[in-house]
Amino acid sequence: MSPRRADTGGRIDRLKTIRFTFDGTAYTGHAGDTLASALLAKGVTLYGRSFKYHRPRGLLTAGVEEPNALVTVLKGEVREPNIPATMVEIHDGLVAISQNRFPSLAWDINAVNQLGGKILSAGFYYKTFMGPVFGPLKGTRFWMFCEHFIRRAAGLGSAGSAKDPARYERMNAFCDVLVVGSGPAGLMATKAAADQGARVMLADLEPHFGGSANWSEETIDGAPAADWARRTVAQLAGRDNVRLLPRTTVWGYYDNNTLAALERVSDHKEHPGKGEPRHRYWAIRAKSVVLATGAFERPLIFPGNDRPGVMLAHAAERYANEFGVLPGERIALFTNNDSAYRAAVALKKAGAAVVAIADVRPELSPEMRKLAAEAEAEIFAGHAVVATEGGKALSGLKLQRFDLANGALIGDARSIHADCLLMSGGWSPTIHLASQAGAKAEWNAARQAFLPPKPTQSWIGAGAFTGSFSTAEAIAEGRAAGLAAAGGQSTPSMLPTVEAVPGDPDPAPVFEIRAKGKSFVDFQHDVTAEDVRLAHREGFVSVEHLKRYTTLGMATDQGKSSNVPGLAIMAEALGKPIPEVGTTRFRPPFAPVSIGSLAAERFGDLKPERLTPMHDWHLANGATMYSAGLWYRPMIYGLSGETVEQAYVREAKATRESAGIVDVSTLGKIAVQGPDAAAFLDRVYTNMFSTLAVGKARYGLMLREDGLAFDDGTTWRLGEQDFLMTTTTANAGKVMQHLEYFLDVIWPELKVHVTSVTDEWAGAAIGGPKARQILAACVTGTSVDNATLPFMGIVRGEISGVPVMICRLSFSGEMAFEVYSGAGHGTHVWKALVEAGKPFGLVTYGLEALGTMRIEKGHVTGAEIDGRTTARDLHLDWMLSKKKPFIGSAMMDREGLIASDRLELVGLIALDNRPLNGGAHIVEEVDEANPHDSIGHITACCYSPALGRHIALALVEGGKARHGTRAHVSDPLRNRFGPVEIVSNHFFDPDGSRMHG
Amino acid sequence: MLITCPYCGPRDVIEFTYQGDGNRERPDPASQNFEAWNAYVYDRLNPAGDHNEIWQHSGGCRAHLKVVRNTLTHEISSVAFARGDHGSAARHKAEDKA
Ligand SMILES: [Zn+2]
Repeated sequence: MSPRRADTGGRIDRLKTIRFTFDGTAYTGHAGDTLASALLAKGVTLYGRSFKYHRPRGLLTAGVEEPNALVTVLKGEVREPNIPATMVEIHDGLVAISQNRFPSLAWDINAVNQLGGKILSAGFYYKTFMGPVFGPLKGTRFWMFCEHFIRRAAGLGSAGSAKDPARYERMNAFCDVLVVGSGPAGLMATKAAADQGARVMLADLEPHFGGSANWSEETIDGAPAADWARRTVAQLAGRDNVRLLPRTTVWGYYDNNTLAALERVSDHKEHPGKGEPRHRYWAIRAKSVVLATGAFERPLIFPGNDRPGVMLAHAAERYANEFGVLPGERIALFTNNDSAYRAAVALKKAGAAVVAIADVRPELSPEMRKLAAEAEAEIFAGHAVVATEGGKALSGLKLQRFDLANGALIGDARSIHADCLLMSGGWSPTIHLASQAGAKAEWNAARQAFLPPKPTQSWIGAGAFTGSFSTAEAIAEGRAAGLAAAGGQSTPSMLPTVEAVPGDPDPAPVFEIRAKGKSFVDFQHDVTAEDVRLAHREGFVSVEHLKRYTTLGMATDQGKSSNVPGLAIMAEALGKPIPEVGTTRFRPPFAPVSIGSLAAERFGDLKPERLTPMHDWHLANGATMYSAGLWYRPMIYGLSGETVEQAYVREAKATRESAGIVDVSTLGKIAVQGPDAAAFLDRVYTNMFSTLAVGKARYGLMLREDGLAFDDGTTWRLGEQDFLMTTTTANAGKVMQHLEYFLDVIWPELKVHVTSVTDEWAGAAIGGPKARQILAACVTGTSVDNATLPFMGIVRGEISGVPVMICRLSFSGEMAFEVYSGAGHGTHVWKALVEAGKPFGLVTYGLEALGTMRIEKGHVTGAEIDGRTTARDLHLDWMLSKKKPFIGSAMMDREGLIASDRLELVGLIALDNRPLNGGAHIVEEVDEANPHDSIGHITACCYSPALGRHIALALVEGGKARHGTRAHVSDPLRNRFGPVEIVSNHFFDPDGSRMHG
Repeated sequence: MLITCPYCGPRDVIEFTYQGDGNRERPDPASQNFEAWNAYVYDRLNPAGDHNEIWQHSGGCRAHLKVVRNTLTHEISSVAFARGDHGSAARHKAEDKA
């Protein structure tokens, strides 16, 4: 047994030894230990370095509110920083390291910051790094320059860059009653609600239910409280209507009584069970919630209150009673309230010497004097601790007489030798969830604490959460809350009897002892009492501004222990009572949440995929697939040894020479039907559709309400009241929603129905000089000659026994046809077309060749219809009807949208015969060292087999007016500079003779 | 946040798409009143309290709904089909078939 571990007591299993390492040193602990309790048992006093001054820091707490002892846990390549050592359950093979120290925890170079304490005061970062007004490092550039070094010196733990292999889950749950917190109040509430038949969930962030019952050494119904808790939990565990969630932090309380929780499923295991995720994110909809979240003990603010060995009183009680670990051998206490006396007794019982109890109150109750006597501790009533001594561990402290009336220190200080100082500054109910749920906390002067507000959602509080700090009250309130939450009638019933040490729940209103030295308010962000006063002197009077300026309460612990003392100091500086200064509203999350749990399964393999009907055929025939949104589309059908460029050049060339076929099933397709369908399309498109003959298609353009271009595509008139609209692949969903919005909200009187039929049709576009011959060879039931199937005509026929719809339209610029069949027959029709094309040299082509041919033709896609361009910018103004209003017509002629210097669509030819890059800027004159203003950028580029040049589409200021002139590409990131000629976007066959045939 | 779709019942907000401010008044399509168009496209109230909104039940029946939502509490005090007297999209469909 180590000197600090008692032979008996606590809930650890001394027969099970656990091996782990901390900062590379091997340690052992016992099953049930936290990293904090195991290291404390081995006499470790130093757990971290502070944020700003790199002061040595030890354990302040034993729970989730720990601000000092933050560690990084390493699992393989993965590192998870900023976990309180108090929340890490040890397991064999655990590897943890301390943070914020260089080169080691014991010898930290940056500790020299302590000497420069004056420099690093409140707002230090803001003030110092404002930067000079002139010169190369002016203004924020100076901050950006310094930030790199500051972050390294002052950061908390650093995140890893390795991919996290762990699995995370999301669960949606529903219950009648959710109980948060499993202390006596929470257990009673769970039991009472479950007895009513309600479906109850009980969540606690600790691994063991019971809360304070696990360490209070009180008796409930004659048995140790911990035994009572165990028994109650065992009973609850056997019930069908109760779900127990240990290691589960309820971190968010949202509207409609929806709560978010994080369950740490397997962090405490060396090897997670089969199928077990690391964390599970719970979204819980509860009809009613019982908040039994307890209270946090507050530190007292005095010089040296951050020295390793200074700890909260109840934390020491927990270490002794729950883990059998003594935080010191000669212990002193400093308190403003009765609760610390219980700790004195507990530590005495566990084997420590309690050398002194300093109490700011001059008068102590007989009960407290009796407890002090039981602990064999000398009482210093009306005294305060004014200094602590020691380096990496506490060696002693100084006491001075304290006047409760005015905070003055009287007489000489006396030294006391101690290796551990416990402090208690009163208790703050853990009202975070209630505050998140939407109401303002209320200051209670007697308790010197913010008590929960009146509920604005369906929750009921119980126990210390409500400011009722005794176990007897917790049990009574817990039962009542559970009953009420389950909708039960309150009936008189025998409550468990509690034997507890007495105590007044109200502390003396003392937060700070003002003496020389650094007194820490926020331990994690190194904010001192003097920083708060400095902020006030500099004019920060709002608590929200104070918080941001000093960073008080903004660290990973979110000021769980520092908020109220910080407010009290601010209130004193302002000369106002605390409630008038107000408190900041708590926001989710209550404690840090893993990003993985928020993403859960919604990435990677479980992302939905959309595959066209011909997908398997593409794979079997050498296609390299490309993911476009959720769709997978062939990029190229490469022959062996071909590069991507060689493949698409071959495919495009062959299409223009004989014929090519491409899968266009991904195009959005919307059936627009009804008596008013034609009138509706006239309003939706910039051009006229009511004049379109049945059996014909027309290219259409849509604008947004603000007059900018939205989407384009062809719409086919299949019948008087029956249209088939096609959209770009990317905008299919948006266009559908756009149409539905106008039909539902703006023009409900129109009798039109829109249906997404994208997945109902398989589409194949076949184009090239031989395309018509190929169709003629396989289509039955109709002719495909020019008279029957003119440009933009539609016919119905059959291919290999399957009905098809064929529209003669062209994206490639060739004589081309789109062949639509039912999706289930897509592959059959595709195969028949490919087979029919063989004698004609038909090739299959992918997105690369498709893109190449569209650039050669100067057609626009999403790269040009980018939400900033107008129809005029894209030279589509010929499509803007003057005969009717349409969506966007009222706004499209605004000054800014018709200005002559707008970016307009042009073509570019690389004069140096080198490839161009998408996104590259266009400048008038090239100067690599000092780039000129951009006059535009490249939206799409390729090598054009038809022109034998590297070409691009671009949006360039002035556009058309620059045709025939020279400019330069400027792409410093990819080091691509060079001359280009600006030309029309219609590179190839500008009069369309090929497609009209 | 829950929205009670008049057609589908109470559903999580994840099933819905916000389709904009429900206070917008679209001018007559042929109107040249530029001020009115500008107000319709750009002006928003951003109230702290009850707000008229249009939500689409995009992951459900796809109807557009007129929703009054409190921007401070997310409390929803009324939900109705945006089609108003023209009936729900689903009913409309039924009529067409008849
Ligand atoms: Zn619905």
